[in-house]
Amino acid sequence: MKAALSRSTRLDAKWLVIGGAVVIAGVLALIPLVFLFWQSFFTPQVADNPAVFTFGNYRLAYGSPETLRTLFNSLKFAFGAACVSFAIGTVLAWIIERTNTPFRKFFYAITIVPLIVPSILFTIAWIFLASPKIGVLNVALGSLFGVTKPFFDIYSMGGMIWVDGLHYSTMAFLLMSAAFRGMDPSLEESSLMSGAGIARTMWRITLRLAFPAIVSTLLILFVRALESFEVPALIGLPVKLQVFTSSIYEAIEQYPSQIGLASSYSMLLLVITSVGLYLQSRVSSGGGKYSTMSGKGFRPRVVDIGKWRYLTAGVFVVYFLLIVALPFAVLLWSSLQKYYRTPSLAALHHLSFDAYGYILHLSTLRHAVVNSLLLSFGCATAVMLLSAVICWIVIKTKLPGRWLLDNLASLPLVFPGLVLGLSFMIVSLKVDIGIYGTLWILLIAYITRFMPYGMRYTTTSMVQIHKELEESAAMSCASWSATFFRIVLPLLKPGLLAGWIYVMIVSIRELSSSILLYSPGSETVSIVIWELWQNGQYVELSALSVMLVLALLALVMLLQWIGAKFGVKANHA
Amino acid sequence: MLNVQGLNTEYVDGNNVRVRAARDVSFDVPEGKLFTLLGPSGCGKTTTLRSIAGLERPVDGSISVNGVTVFSARDDTFVPPNRRKFGMVFQSYAIWPHMTVFRNASFPLEVGEKKYSKREIEAKVMRVLTAVGLDHVADRDATRMSGGQQQRLALARALVMEPKLLLLDEPLSNLDAKLRDKMRFELKRMQRELRITTIYVTHDQEEALALSHEIAVMKDGQIVQKAAPRAIYDLPNCKFVADFVGTTNFIDGRVRDCEGDDGNVLIESSIGVIAVANAVSCRPGDEVVISVRPENVMVHESLDGVSARNVYTGTVAAKVFLGETLDFQIRIGEQIVLARVHPSHKTPVGETIHFSIDAGSCIALASQKA
Repeated sequence: MKAALSRSTRLDAKWLVIGGAVVIAGVLALIPLVFLFWQSFFTPQVADNPAVFTFGNYRLAYGSPETLRTLFNSLKFAFGAACVSFAIGTVLAWIIERTNTPFRKFFYAITIVPLIVPSILFTIAWIFLASPKIGVLNVALGSLFGVTKPFFDIYSMGGMIWVDGLHYSTMAFLLMSAAFRGMDPSLEESSLMSGAGIARTMWRITLRLAFPAIVSTLLILFVRALESFEVPALIGLPVKLQVFTSSIYEAIEQYPSQIGLASSYSMLLLVITSVGLYLQSRVSSGGGKYSTMSGKGFRPRVVDIGKWRYLTAGVFVVYFLLIVALPFAVLLWSSLQKYYRTPSLAALHHLSFDAYGYILHLSTLRHAVVNSLLLSFGCATAVMLLSAVICWIVIKTKLPGRWLLDNLASLPLVFPGLVLGLSFMIVSLKVDIGIYGTLWILLIAYITRFMPYGMRYTTTSMVQIHKELEESAAMSCASWSATFFRIVLPLLKPGLLAGWIYVMIVSIRELSSSILLYSPGSETVSIVIWELWQNGQYVELSALSVMLVLALLALVMLLQWIGAKFGVKANHA
Repeated sequence: MLNVQGLNTEYVDGNNVRVRAARDVSFDVPEGKLFTLLGPSGCGKTTTLRSIAGLERPVDGSISVNGVTVFSARDDTFVPPNRRKFGMVFQSYAIWPHMTVFRNASFPLEVGEKKYSKREIEAKVMRVLTAVGLDHVADRDATRMSGGQQQRLALARALVMEPKLLLLDEPLSNLDAKLRDKMRFELKRMQRELRITTIYVTHDQEEALALSHEIAVMKDGQIVQKAAPRAIYDLPNCKFVADFVGTTNFIDGRVRDCEGDDGNVLIESSIGVIAVANAVSCRPGDEVVISVRPENVMVHESLDGVSARNVYTGTVAAKVFLGETLDFQIRIGEQIVLARVHPSHKTPVGETIHFSIDAGSCIALASQKA
């Protein structure tokens, strides 16, 4: 041995893996951004006319009063949807975490269901429910009260806010219940012991402690709603209620495609989401002194609310109706028709399974299912492996510049799905590497898009791995790769598996990036739904939706079962 | 066997300030001995151990084992930890929760440079598990073991590859008091039987005294005294060591005579003149502090039959009953003297009490008053 073991002999697998992960993260995060920025200064390339440098896109995008309206609409929509989600989610979180409402555990389980339902299905279901002409709710309430004027008009700003806010209330619920759970009950109890009443304690202690969580949740919901594509496209576009995402989509869909214009819209959208997420990270990290968010689990104090608990249980039943039962019921109903009719006794005689037969024999669908499964499986696996290496570098090493890597991997968070799709479209049009129109471009886009989610799951479990568990492997003569593959990865397994399941589900739901990147042969299931909607094949679409929801539920249960079986055993002492 | 020369370590703390953890640490450990680094938290003992392990890279100095240099700042030698082949037991035990007891112990044999056959691994692992008394739970999940069992498994894992050097980082600190006492004996027995050179880090002076061949007491990154356990306890070389190792009384005084009768040093103190047999250095007029262990303070209910030397009289200020012993706080003027006596002493609080101190059990140390 002697001094012969110089440092160069250690530049083996370790540096290859680290280097590879850094390069991939950098390329995935930066390339689309650069191309998007560059494209926003060029005219579209049509036939023989080469692209030329121009400020015209920005002049066109920001010169017209239309854009101001779009901006205003976007902000109004995002703010409204964030508030709706937040209000619903917080009430539900409070009910589940802090009251003795009966069946809390069951209610908690069903709040996860909306996460599985793709946005496009939820939106379409609500159009069936509350469209002014055919909406089931309008028809039902109309005949009940003998009024002809519709009660609800889904095709309005209020309608958009309602549908989007309702669907993402689950996200608010999860964030807020984590905040409630992370709160040390003794902080409130010591306020009570100091003589403050319940109301005073809520106002002076609970609310103040939860403040960073509240602000950060609102910001996340706001940014998320800004990125929302399905609701603005399906509900807003028909009545010319434009927000940024739908404007970008329209600019690309017209002929010739105004990619430059779409890019310059995207730049402003990116600026807004970046500011929002920057503020959010400031708020949640600046909350360091609020040790309530330590992630340590406390047993929260459950308040006995007496008879009110039947009311809170009722709230859950209503919520369940609005978010799961009614949408699913209306899809089921319409799937059993030959052509779309509102439910009535007369229509009951026309039940048929024709639509299911049509869907099952649709050849594009068979491809689409395979594509979706391949994509979600590949994306989830790649994302989790990549984020495991990156997280390890960021958390466990002292390499200089590791904070940069962390930020790079989280950068795609600011990209709305549609903008990310646009960026990759530009990349593949400009740089001919033969992946445009293939599954590969979709896979790369998915990996980029869901990388930050993978990072979040991995980070949480990575920080729980005690430093000494790795050091003891080194002391046992294990090389870096042996330590990483035999100690770190197995210990990360529960987190990796949970993240893998999550990324798999969101990949199957994905629509807004895919819509700009797919071509015949590389459709995914959500694209097929989108096309059916565009063709007006509502009945067939409903049949597909019913099957998709059931399949996704089954898939999630299967994955959860696998997760419980193989993942949760390890506890990090 | 192990030679550590002029070790200096530095790290950058949260405020970007360079902090020196170990400063000029040097020591030698002969083959087969147990050497303890003892000190309060933040004294640099763990950093020193981790530098020997190779988990930290010092900025200066050298470390060699059996004449082979594993670290030297001068010729930029640094053998990574996984090539040093030292066994180490961590404070948290670092038992891998996703493996069984057997797999935990067999890991070093599976990943090391030297390849073993399946049968060899099986034999070696079972031998070491038997030695620590875990052979009957070899197939159990590592997470389902008690603290004491985890500790023994960590030891087994460190020993399985028959390392030249065993490093122990506060291995008993996570155990409860009863178990700690038991494991202390066991650890000592195994070390003495296997005659494996061991470096032991602890902040618990009892552990250090009980286990070591030699102890180095550290403070602020430096070794302040290095000696056998008895010498550390009986003849501390400074106030810090006397205070940190065991319990002691400090009595301030001034040297009156360096060559009193019987060769004792005579020191004038607040409780009277004290004859002291040991002194770190002596010059008449020096400010010194006398250290007397409470078990060496003899308590007498009357002065009958007590020799005239080093006898003082005070009042009982407080009594604490500890079961096996009784602690008296004796007030004499401004000074409080702690005496640890047999619980049969019955003198009530507030009463007059006499005590004597043997000159041989006193040591005069340099006073650290500025």
